Amino acid sequence: MFDALADRFDGIFRRLRTRGKLTPSDVDEVAREIRLALLEADVNVRVVKSFIGRIKERATGAEVAQSLGPAQQVIKIVQEELVATLGGATGKLTVASRPPTVIVLAGLQGSGKTTVAAKLARLLEHDQGKRVLLVAADLQRPAAVEQLRVLGQRVSIPVYSQATDPVTVAREGVREAERLGRNVVIIDTAGRLQVDEEMMAELALVCDAVKPDDALLVVDAMTGQEAVAVAEAFGETVALTGVVLTKLDGDARGGSALSVKEVTGLPILYAGVGEKLEDFEAFHPDRMASRILGMGDVLTLIEKAETAFDAQEAAKAQERLAKGQFTLEDFLEQMRQMKKMGPLSSIVGMLPGMPKELRQAEIDDGELDRIEAIICSMTPAERRDPSKINGSRRLRIANGSGTSTQQVNALLKQFKMIQQMMKSMSKPGKKGKKGRMQLPPGMDPIALGGMPGMPGIPGA
Amino acid sequence: MDTTETIILVSIFALAALLIALPRMLSRRERRRRDVAVGGDPGGPDAERGGSQSGESVAVDDAESVVAKVAEEPDADGPGRRRLRDRLAKSRAPFAGMRGRLKARQLDDDAWDDLEETLLLADVGVPTTARLLGGVRDRARVEGLAEADGLPALLEAVIAEQLGDHGDRTLRLDAGRPNAWILVGVNGVGKTTTAAKLATRELARGHSVLFAAADTFRAAAADQLVVWGARIGVDVIRGQEGGDPGAVAFDAVQAAGARGIDLVLVDTAGRLHTKVNLMEELKKIGRVVERTPGALREVLLVLDATIGQNGLAQAREFAEGVGVTGVVLTKLDGSAKGGVVLAIEAELGVPVKLVGVGETADDLVDFDPAEFAAALVG
Repeated sequence: MFDALADRFDGIFRRLRTRGKLTPSDVDEVAREIRLALLEADVNVRVVKSFIGRIKERATGAEVAQSLGPAQQVIKIVQEELVATLGGATGKLTVASRPPTVIVLAGLQGSGKTTVAAKLARLLEHDQGKRVLLVAADLQRPAAVEQLRVLGQRVSIPVYSQATDPVTVAREGVREAERLGRNVVIIDTAGRLQVDEEMMAELALVCDAVKPDDALLVVDAMTGQEAVAVAEAFGETVALTGVVLTKLDGDARGGSALSVKEVTGLPILYAGVGEKLEDFEAFHPDRMASRILGMGDVLTLIEKAETAFDAQEAAKAQERLAKGQFTLEDFLEQMRQMKKMGPLSSIVGMLPGMPKELRQAEIDDGELDRIEAIICSMTPAERRDPSKINGSRRLRIANGSGTSTQQVNALLKQFKMIQQMMKSMSKPGKKGKKGRMQLPPGMDPIALGGMPGMPGIPGA
Repeated sequence: MDTTETIILVSIFALAALLIALPRMLSRRERRRRDVAVGGDPGGPDAERGGSQSGESVAVDDAESVVAKVAEEPDADGPGRRRLRDRLAKSRAPFAGMRGRLKARQLDDDAWDDLEETLLLADVGVPTTARLLGGVRDRARVEGLAEADGLPALLEAVIAEQLGDHGDRTLRLDAGRPNAWILVGVNGVGKTTTAAKLATRELARGHSVLFAAADTFRAAAADQLVVWGARIGVDVIRGQEGGDPGAVAFDAVQAAGARGIDLVLVDTAGRLHTKVNLMEELKKIGRVVERTPGALREVLLVLDATIGQNGLAQAREFAEGVGVTGVVLTKLDGSAKGGVVLAIEAELGVPVKLVGVGETADDLVDFDPAEFAAALVG
């Protein structure tokens, strides 16, 4: 997500860096390019306008004229403005002082409210130890209640509904939660167009009846310019407290959602990033801003790594790596832990300075399974010393893993190359701090990503 | 564990895994392309969503109820058009349109900016907006336009003219043999609702209809179709949840042949166009429908009018994958204008065939370029 925008900014900054002085027409050109990049990402026209206005004003002001590197200064201005536009601290749900906390989900049809209800319930219950009751107040769409019931069953969370009217269902739902001692109630409402006065009035009634602590607007990340109008209209009807962004796993550029934040000031609290019920996470605007600016999302990566990796194991692997004793066995172990962090493509997206080709490459995680199968088909001795793998062993490994000898060969060859690369990388670090590994100078991640050996090796 | 160390370590393993796996991933993709190019069958893909129990067909209602007792008059072209205009007028009344703003103003840069902003706000997109404005400029020069309030009419004409180029907007159906229309699109655009509306429309035209609930993924999707089926009197062929959608589609076309039904509406699961395996699953649905040669008549891409520039990427991927024959633009009764369909028609040549303008089953009307242009210009 947001990768296309990141690429555009990367290109613009790169060209800027080559300039020494900046003429007014240079500034105009940069402004035009940024405008185009933002518009193509569905950032609202009016937000773009004010954004460009601020950039131009600052870029032609004293701040830039007096600086030693005007181009650098402009880059800094753009980055600052972007962070200010997207940024802000990570928002939080309001928790009621007297339980239950009532959360109402509202939005257009098809934005993903019912799915979000189940995903949010799962997140709160499994990760934060809350006890949630789901309330199905969408009596409009055929089988919407049934859908929530099925989803509720999958995440083992009770679902309440009755065939009356949404206001009654919501009110009774909260009462039911009090009775059952549930401390969070999530109310799924029917999708509605913001121009449909009758339905909007009904939403207001639902909110009046249950006095929600959190009224969340669910917005599809693929929404265009309309997102702002929708958010404003819903905001006028009910006191919204935040936004949930859905379908961020596609190639949408999400600019519309960012505009919602800028225009309404509502924080984006959560993002849906996949079809599975666990594909749902807290949204960190500052991290997203740094991703768009091509600076990676190191914080999320660290968090994920800390939960997925076994510290001791990793330290041991690291030591062996430094000594150049890294074997296929270590690789297998580390790869398995890495897989716990989620799909490879999302990890790559979080790494700073990854080249565009890698970030956009369509990464099939099935390939990792295949590698795992190949390594698992080797004997421990073979894993420690791949050089003893001869023709017949190769055939056995290929048969055992359901691959071909060519695939086994390719893996061994790539591994050897990586091993050498790591050996050379780990040397300076060994000298610097005892046992610690550092990236050697001049070996920044960009150069790493552009390593040779990517192309070639025809498929088996 | 020291965080910098963690990061470096993770980066290295991620990179190592990538470097080892990538060459073969790329070559596999290459191979798949080649397969497609020579028309080869890439083989049954294991869909991401898993599950391969074959679809067990359950006809929900009795076959006798297939022919509907729809009370409403068939919607002729006239009322449909009026409905679109009324609807759009209603939802857009609160907004002062560009027409108002341009009254009695000079044809200056501000006026052109206003025109541009209107198109961008309608999600037309930057390249298409530039092209349309170029067309308007040419006309304005030729006609010697001096006042800004002539611009909307010119813009409308340019848009309508462009839309006029993309000919056939009719839905293909030959009564007397099974015709299948497949509805595709990303999640939440209104495929199931559109299926129900299409059924109502075709029933009113005297065709018999059968639903194939090939969305075996979303919880209760088939139930939603069953509720609609009961309302309008259409049978539903469904499989087990998590079952093979291809099997459901196949069974439905077979059933239609046996029962002498004219139209099978295949409702598929919403899928993001970036998910390769799910797109393969969709291709398979198309292939099994074609086991009855000539049965596949329409592949309709359902797009939500609120869609932004991503709509173009969606249309491109679905068109490449399953040969989309037309677009259905839903939820046009909001204030969203769905301007991205202009880019879709211009770049991909896929015509918009229908628009959805309301919640009830007969709120699906033929696409009218002139009306759409007028609504877009606002």
